[in-house]
Amino acid sequence: MSAATLFNPTRQTRVLPGFGLSLGYTLVYLSLLVLIPLSAVFLKTATLGWSEFWAVVTAPRVVASYKLSFGASLLAAGINAVFGLMLAWALVRYTFPGKKLIDALVDLPFALPTAVAGIALTALYAGNGWVGSILEPLGLKVAFTPLGVLVALVFIGVPFVVRTVQPILEDLETELEEAAASLGAQRWQTFTKVILPILLPALLTGFALAFARAVGEYGSVIFIAGNIPMVSEITPLMIITKLEQYDYVGATAIATVMLVFSFALLLVINLLQAWSAKRTGRNR
Amino acid sequence: MAAAGVLHGRADARRYENNAATRETPWVKWTLLGISLAFFAMFLLLPLVAVFTEALRKGWVTYLTALSDEDALSAIKLTLITAAIAVPLNLVFGVSAAWCIAKFQFRGKHFLTTLIDLPFSVSPVVAGLIYVLLFGAHGWFGGWLAANDIKIIFAVPGIVLATVFVTFPFVARELIPLMEAQGREEEEAATVLGASGWQTFWRVTLPNIKWGLLYGVILCNARAFGEFGAVSVVSGHIRGQTNTMPLHVEILYNEYNFAAAFAVASLLALLALVTLGLKSFIEWKAGQQSRESE
Repeated sequence: MSAATLFNPTRQTRVLPGFGLSLGYTLVYLSLLVLIPLSAVFLKTATLGWSEFWAVVTAPRVVASYKLSFGASLLAAGINAVFGLMLAWALVRYTFPGKKLIDALVDLPFALPTAVAGIALTALYAGNGWVGSILEPLGLKVAFTPLGVLVALVFIGVPFVVRTVQPILEDLETELEEAAASLGAQRWQTFTKVILPILLPALLTGFALAFARAVGEYGSVIFIAGNIPMVSEITPLMIITKLEQYDYVGATAIATVMLVFSFALLLVINLLQAWSAKRTGRNR
Repeated sequence: MAAAGVLHGRADARRYENNAATRETPWVKWTLLGISLAFFAMFLLLPLVAVFTEALRKGWVTYLTALSDEDALSAIKLTLITAAIAVPLNLVFGVSAAWCIAKFQFRGKHFLTTLIDLPFSVSPVVAGLIYVLLFGAHGWFGGWLAANDIKIIFAVPGIVLATVFVTFPFVARELIPLMEAQGREEEEAATVLGASGWQTFWRVTLPNIKWGLLYGVILCNARAFGEFGAVSVVSGHIRGQTNTMPLHVEILYNEYNFAAAFAVASLLALLALVTLGLKSFIEWKAGQQSRESE
């Protein structure tokens, strides 16, 4: 059965040519580069018995890495939700010098290679760095501790919340706030009772996107983390460590845990986006 | 998400500030602005400034020596080659995927869109691992590849494959919402008037999507230049042979050669700044185009 008959388009849309070719090419390319290679992870894991699999993915050092990866990612996404909302608000609602430049630089974590971000953050937060030399005399060590992991994850998560909240905030009709004000609402009441409920789905979507990115992040974290076993090792690093010991099955087992988790999170993000579209009347 | 920038003109904030119902008291405003700008400076501006200061800490001579080093040059060359293969591949894919998804109705369309976004939710390390499982010495095709003397893992093809994977959705996800919003009417008119499929695409579709296309290509290119995790798994870190720029930065850094590491890093940071500049320019241009057509 050809791809074109499998995904039979409804009849009235047949005027344009190229459906079979473009869909066929899309499916072949997607299968060869993404779907088949990803399925290798699950098939390789299946060669492992359940008890062996469980022993690998619940080894104390691996469990410690889950705690750090998921805990720090959750915290970083939370920090980004709070400060990202403020930054989005400032960019939409206020005029200030350098605003266009700041707006453009919000996407820096998307454009700056993660390894560059990693060494720059390490240089800043190390004991002799600009920030580290201020914090360390206060007893706060950031570089080469779990706190360093958090700093790197906050960095890479910044654009997600700002860029999901900003367009919704721009589309918000001022009439809503005018109505609230004329009915005697305080500004804070208007924010919590009128604006925040509209922004909430987008805010949660941004939070989930930042969280998803942070859990899998590698390049910006490994330089500043110090990678001390049981203390500051992230889960992606555990996969690398297993690979360096030629333990492919072990690496794949941990990768399976990460993949299952990302797929579940992807589902949640899709649901959140559908909710956001419904609440604001925007599609996407 | 990123498409929102293209389709959206930035409105003037003064309309909020001059309206009693939509503005905050000055001290709330200045506190909010102060906190968000401090956050911005702390997490985004400072790391960027640090890259360039560290790179030039030992002066221009050291900087230029680090960049003209033989291993640095071969890393730059490999990075350019990788991007030159990966970006066009994903460009053609993106156009093809957007054409069938945006211009036709079929079952499983939403599911297909989700699958295309999949590489964004996979950790870069896992992205590298999957190709090791397929083409590595102990992988599915490892024996066959060794027998035929073809090297993919710890060689350039593996680096290209890993880069294609992590940059996979960029062009497609820019084009799909854009082409869906534009509808089919113009293409259908061209076809009814006797234009061939390719003529319709080159003369009608492409001029309409050119800014969105460029936007996707630029983001795809930035990621292709900078990918670290996935490439690190498949490259084997062979100096002068399978080292891309980000991997070269790592090697220099781990050798405590900080000035040289930051020198190469500063080139990548410059590319990031050019990317952001072009991105803002395209957003402005696309905004102009959509205002003209209204």
